[in-house]
Amino acid sequence: MSYQYNIGCSLENLKGVRDFIRKSLREHVRSDVTLNEIILALDEMCSNLMIHAHHCNPDHHLELTIDVPKKDKVVFEIIDDGEMFDINRYHEPAIDNLVHEKRKGGLGIRLVKSIMDEVQYVRKDGRNVCRLTKIVA
Amino acid sequence: MVHIKRLQEDGADILAVIGEIDASSSIELDLAIAKSVGEGSKKILVDCSALEYISSAGLGVFMSYIEEFKDKNIHMVLFGMKEKVVNTFQILGLSDLLHISLTKVEAKKLLHELSV
Repeated sequence: MSYQYNIGCSLENLKGVRDFIRKSLREHVRSDVTLNEIILALDEMCSNLMIHAHHCNPDHHLELTIDVPKKDKVVFEIIDDGEMFDINRYHEPAIDNLVHEKRKGGLGIRLVKSIMDEVQYVRKDGRNVCRLTKIVA
Repeated sequence: MVHIKRLQEDGADILAVIGEIDASSSIELDLAIAKSVGEGSKKILVDCSALEYISSAGLGVFMSYIEEFKDKNIHMVLFGMKEKVVNTFQILGLSDLLHISLTKVEAKKLLHELSV
């Protein structure tokens, strides 16, 4: 089974992303905590792209697909045409530094890396594809 | 998306956070806390019993006040979180940096202990 959702790059649309993931995966992911973690990771990835790669331009779009190839595995792809930002190459600041500097950002990527089992970037048909894999028990 | 109700009880400000906090709505939480602080509150309770979701933007708001609260001798305790919400704080170990209680009674007790 696979699902697709197209999103304009406005932060107001994040709720729609979360609702889409919740509805699509309700039957595949039994644990409410795990489902919330998955939703959180995708929310973080989409908001990062909207803000940093698309400057919240609602005319720019992200395509989110969800694929459940096996019953214990969920694969997400976020496809866009913006500047590629590889979170695997980003070294997030230490939590202590965030507290000290009173910074409000810097936690999202850390969450994604903690929650997802794999984060890969590929180019497909001239577009960026970020593929996130989650193994669900 | 998020609605914040403020009430005062036994010398503490109680901020009830209702709904979902994400990158589009975290500013509401920030403004509510800033208002309490600006009006001189030294004790803040955050009622999270109707908080359905929080993303890093909301976590970042709470984190950004830690130093200021230390400097100004302000204490804040969060309480009543659903399991999926408290889990979001635990993933990065933020539950060790903030004060989080299960119930309002426990939160008030902790706030009292922190303030003496």
